[in-house]
Amino acid sequence: MHSNIKFWLTSAAATVLASPLAAQEAMGIDEKVNKIFASITGPFVSLIFSPFPGTNFPWIVMWLVIAATIFTLYFGFVQFRFFKHAIQLVKGDYSDPNDAGEVSHFQALATALSGTVGLGNIAGVAVAVGIGGPGATFWMILAGLLGMASKFTECTLGVKYRNEYPDGTVSGGPMYYISKGFKELGLPGGKILAVVFSIFCILGALGGGNMFQANQAHAQISGITGDYPGWITGIIFAGVVFAVIVGGIKSIANVTEKVVPFMGILYVGASLIILIVNYNMIGWAFGQIFAGAFTGLGVAGGFVGALIQGFKRAAFSNEAGVGSAAIAHSAVRTKEPITEGFVSLLEPLIDTVVICTMTALVIVISQQLIVDPATGNYMLNEAGTAIATVDGNSGVALTSAAFGASISWFPYVLAIAVVLFAFSTMISWSYYGLKSWTYLFGESKSSELTFKIIFCVFIVIGAAASLGPVIDFSDAAIFAMAVVNIFCLYFLMKLVRKELASYASRLESGEIKKFAK
Amino acid sequence: MTVKIVIGLDGEDTGERALTFAKDLASRIKGCELIAIYVIEWSPFTFQTPEENARRHKRREEEIELAMTRIVTPAVKSLQDAGFIASGIVRHGDVAETLNALTVENGGSQIIVGRASSGGFSTRIFGSSTQNLVMNADVPVTVVG
Repeated sequence: MHSNIKFWLTSAAATVLASPLAAQEAMGIDEKVNKIFASITGPFVSLIFSPFPGTNFPWIVMWLVIAATIFTLYFGFVQFRFFKHAIQLVKGDYSDPNDAGEVSHFQALATALSGTVGLGNIAGVAVAVGIGGPGATFWMILAGLLGMASKFTECTLGVKYRNEYPDGTVSGGPMYYISKGFKELGLPGGKILAVVFSIFCILGALGGGNMFQANQAHAQISGITGDYPGWITGIIFAGVVFAVIVGGIKSIANVTEKVVPFMGILYVGASLIILIVNYNMIGWAFGQIFAGAFTGLGVAGGFVGALIQGFKRAAFSNEAGVGSAAIAHSAVRTKEPITEGFVSLLEPLIDTVVICTMTALVIVISQQLIVDPATGNYMLNEAGTAIATVDGNSGVALTSAAFGASISWFPYVLAIAVVLFAFSTMISWSYYGLKSWTYLFGESKSSELTFKIIFCVFIVIGAAASLGPVIDFSDAAIFAMAVVNIFCLYFLMKLVRKELASYASRLESGEIKKFAK
Repeated sequence: MTVKIVIGLDGEDTGERALTFAKDLASRIKGCELIAIYVIEWSPFTFQTPEENARRHKRREEEIELAMTRIVTPAVKSLQDAGFIASGIVRHGDVAETLNALTVENGGSQIIVGRASSGGFSTRIFGSSTQNLVMNADVPVTVVG
């Protein structure tokens, strides 16, 4: 089967690239896909991002930040109080040796992180800083810190209300805790809300978890190889993803799962090297971040623009409040569901506060954003929509240029990292989407296959469409998940508080034992 | 006081040699109890896909069942048939660390293992489980060649 695919792809690519006419036609296909896609998703995107009347502030951004703030206050700053305990749990200090061989806290965290650490951290941050200026970073960090409480809430519930099947496998996530939790509290509408969440989760999986990844992976590859039609990248990606999720070729997924963490470490390592080499500019960069956070430094939309971009990208990157992590974390085997909540709160910290900030600092320090020497403010591009950059780059190309300014060969490493991150995120989101799909249509083989094929088709569409409509739809679909999830979390959070109080008192009394010496 | 001897099994010839040696040793000690242990190599710090995690509990049960029926139960039976008091344990973890921990937990006074037969690059760098056990065990270790 593989040799057939390879032959077909090679022939297709050769045919398209060899003939200018065919290449034009192929570009035509991309444009058509783009146009149809934008017209279909437009109304949905507009609804999610509609601003408060009389302002340009999207209500959805406020929705996420208010929720994260409420959870932070409601649980008494759980992200700081239990931070040390979360680290101890990940280290396995509280893991019963008799349970060895089950999914560990570390494994659940790493799996959830491989779904979130990816293009959001590389391309998403570049979009935020490119539009909102360095000040967006400040709001991104703040949203990351507050988001830790949202993650804690949803992941605790994810484990508490997951389904365990007779064959020993598990399924969990918002759709399960919404329906079961509402029933437990005697509230109506749980089932309907769970269904609505599942629909949005499927759209999110196809958008941010798929099309955005394919799109940016293509941008990265074509940036190095030269421009060629996106659908070719799409078909190659779709073929590999198909081989893994339908063909069950685990070796590809296994290799990716092992290589991706090292790519993450390499990325942070390279960022640190750039920061160390330019240590004299770190103070200035933070100065830009703080000044930009409150004044905007001439950015379109001023400081509100910076704030919106920062919050938006943070939410898109760490997915706190979205509910996706609750699906990934629910596989852990623990007698105390809340322990998984503690572990999950590390996710926004690693993803947003550490990795996203690194990207932002490198972009600012590399001076890819053009400053007007007369005013000290950033100059806008011709359209006035974003900050002008040295080579007119945006998204992943901006990050690539920023790293390339200090380490000339790093864009090549970044290209590999982007492709692998995109791939691992797709694998994770195919699972989240699948769990929602099976929640709606049952856990049969044919229903699973249907979703998996749809998922692969969207990879091709995502790679062929241009960034604008894809990023809008991706954000809209993922935020739509957060609308339902957070609404339900407000009702369910008292269940988590009960768990927290009980666990905290038992931890203090020594009833919860530490196994590590 | 009962003397408890732990035998580290590996499902191969080396484990068999350890078993034979343990029988010989135990026959010379009055009231000696034998514990056969098989550790399934596993680390809590690996990277897995969501699907693998969802199926992990089932896989673990299957692994334990397999190790019990194929390796530990036959070993325990052969010890009991030879007239010894014997029991068996299967657990996941780092082989050297887990074998030592289970020995201490069960009051074992020494561990008998077979010499690792596999060589190779990783063994040269990280050492074999047997080497690690000898270096870090809390009780005397006998390595059967």
